Amino acid sequence: MLPHILPKENFDDFVAWLMTQGRVAAPVAKAPNFSFDVLVDKDDIARIRMDYDVTILPPKKYLLPSYETLLDFNGPAPENVRAEIDARPTVLLGVHPYDLHGLQTTVAAFSQDPADASVLARRKATRVIGLNIASYANDEQFMADMGTVDPPDGVADLFLTDIGDRYFVEIGTEAGSEMRRACDCFRPAGPEDHRARQEYDERKAANFKKRLPYHVRYLPELLEASYDSLLWDAVARRCFSCGTCTNVCPTCYCFDVHDNLNIDAASGVRERMWDSCQLEVFAEVAGGENFREQTASRLRHRMFRKGKYILERTGKPGCVGCGRCSVHCVANISILEAFQQIAGEAAEMHAT
Amino acid sequence: MTQAMAQPPAETSPYLPRVGRIDEVRQFTETDKYFRLSFADGQGIRFLPGQFLEVSVFGIGEAPISLCSAPGDQAGVEMCIRRIGDVTGALHNLEAGATVGLRGPFGNGFDMDEAAGKDLLFVAGGLGLAPCRGFILDALNRRDEFRRVTILYGARTPSDLLFADDLKQWDQRDDCDFHVTVDRGDENWTGNTGVITTLFKKMPKLEPANTVAFIIGPPIMFKFAVLEALAMGLRKNQIYCSLERRMKCGLGKCGHCQIRNVYVCQEGPIFSYAEVMRLREGI
Ligand SMILES: Cc1cc2nc3c(=O)[nH]c(=O)nc-3n(C[C@H](O)[C@H](O)[C@H](O)COP(=O)(O)OP(=O)(O)OC[C@H]3O[C@@H](n4cnc5c(N)ncnc54)[C@H](O)[C@@H]3O)c2cc1C
Ligand code: SF4
Ligand code: SF4
Ligand code: FES
Repeated sequence: MLPHILPKENFDDFVAWLMTQGRVAAPVAKAPNFSFDVLVDKDDIARIRMDYDVTILPPKKYLLPSYETLLDFNGPAPENVRAEIDARPTVLLGVHPYDLHGLQTTVAAFSQDPADASVLARRKATRVIGLNIASYANDEQFMADMGTVDPPDGVADLFLTDIGDRYFVEIGTEAGSEMRRACDCFRPAGPEDHRARQEYDERKAANFKKRLPYHVRYLPELLEASYDSLLWDAVARRCFSCGTCTNVCPTCYCFDVHDNLNIDAASGVRERMWDSCQLEVFAEVAGGENFREQTASRLRHRMFRKGKYILERTGKPGCVGCGRCSVHCVANISILEAFQQIAGEAAEMHAT
Repeated sequence: MTQAMAQPPAETSPYLPRVGRIDEVRQFTETDKYFRLSFADGQGIRFLPGQFLEVSVFGIGEAPISLCSAPGDQAGVEMCIRRIGDVTGALHNLEAGATVGLRGPFGNGFDMDEAAGKDLLFVAGGLGLAPCRGFILDALNRRDEFRRVTILYGARTPSDLLFADDLKQWDQRDDCDFHVTVDRGDENWTGNTGVITTLFKKMPKLEPANTVAFIIGPPIMFKFAVLEALAMGLRKNQIYCSLERRMKCGLGKCGHCQIRNVYVCQEGPIFSYAEVMRLREGI
């Protein structure tokens, strides 16, 4: 499908049209950071910051909310229990390529048999408008290594590149094609537009320098080779096991399930909520045995999930290099730094 | 856009349990109760030994519990539940006629066809007899398909012994060798005392290269029993165990049961000792 142009003067109309299709979540300022928020009314369109660098939380929260009701019950017995799936029509606007990859990984993880009906229903009800980036937001990002500077195929229905007074709009899906036809804000791209888009890519290529000292294809093996490294103990000494890193991660999806009783102490809901493998009790069983008691074993587990396990399971990156975990870590633990260090660790482990 | 947003029926939620009716409850020990259940939808269940169900009491939560009855196509299931926390405590308060939520079966289980023609060695410690019983009943029901069958069972004290009726039966059968021991006897106990590994000396000689062993019990018991089995010459990939982990979904998603890159709720809980060694964080 040939690309189109969305003139910036049509942007507000475009968003207004999107708002007729479902709730629209877009990047807005949350000083001093940015966040994806649902637009309440048309006045909110002015709050959209298509120039944002990176949000605190990734848009994953619209596929896997931090809290959600799985079941509704009216007493301790299982009769009349109802499953609930909240899949409101939603448009995610302005999603950067690394977060598009994050959404893809989340969907891949929840699609694995037995599939998760809630996440998949929400994905089905969600339209995604991607937004290109031309440079890193900070020193902790490493998308160039993780292969996430460009969007994955088939995730964004429309993908926008800012080329001055207009957006170059690539159409990624059949639904995107329908949107383009249904909304009269677009015009076909001309030769000038194509040239501007090419120049954007050249700038982009110059900006996105790799930050790992090896090709990412070796990451899983390097991790495996440094399984016994003291690096994990050294880094874990600073870790508070607070779980912030997993909360802000676009590809983390571990959860807990709890029953929440209403005031009548009989009816209530079974809820699922984000959990973190970094919390001390995560792998503890009744009776007190804890299968990842040491901070180091939990930290290593996270690093391995990010660099190896999720990729091996889903074929999609378990880390998209967005840098959020490192930026928000109170102990300044950097996954980029750890991934850099394992090259040396692995070589050392190998030598002995 | 609108047609793409049709919601799938919520009944497809993998969290929605079936209704299980408790047909019988028996107090086995101070902390362990036996439950026999059937499905209110009359549909029955098909499972392998080693698989488990997620059992719900709404308002309290859900807990994974091993199926301890004979596997295959069954109208109902049996479970042995130790009271240790919220959900298991709530289950202990239920009487025959009450209903609970049941999801599953989950886990890999073990197809006893794979052990056909072999000597079988079952080593069960404590509550480990519950999952182990499914294997044992299957083997005894299809007795002709296997060679020697040996069952070793250890409990802390005589009053901790589970499935007393089964123990009596196994002891009386002449087509299987059954040995039981307790760590500490009481005035009425005339049987073996000592940890379970002492039973290895009492059992008949097996053909190590042709034996499949199931060692199911607490990690400490597993470690010692495995050493005995290896000393006998059993192969690492012919010794099976069941790993316990925290579980919140049974669907390979929540991450609680994960050992390295393995979800115990889906790819376990039955692992060969060779696999446990490879995982490194298994035991
Ligand atoms: C594959 C498997 C088979 C099992 N089979 C049996 C059995 O046949 N009989 C039996 O009595 N017990 C069995 N258990 C252990 C049983 O699941 C736990 O004792 C039970 O979950 C404790 O829940 P609780 O609410 O009573 O305890 P709490 O301490 O109140 O636990 C709260 C919640 O934590 C989780 N949790 C805590 N401990 C465990 C655990 N050990 N395993 C998984 N999740 C846990 C559960 O979601 C539980 O609802 C099995 C465990 C596994 C993993
Ligand atoms: S955010 Fe930092 S301190 Fe907190 S658990 Fe993660 S690595 Fe540890
Ligand atoms: S592990 Fe860190 S850098 Fe990687 S995707 Fe998650 S938050 Fe981003
Ligand atoms: S119990 Fe949730 S992943 Fe295994």
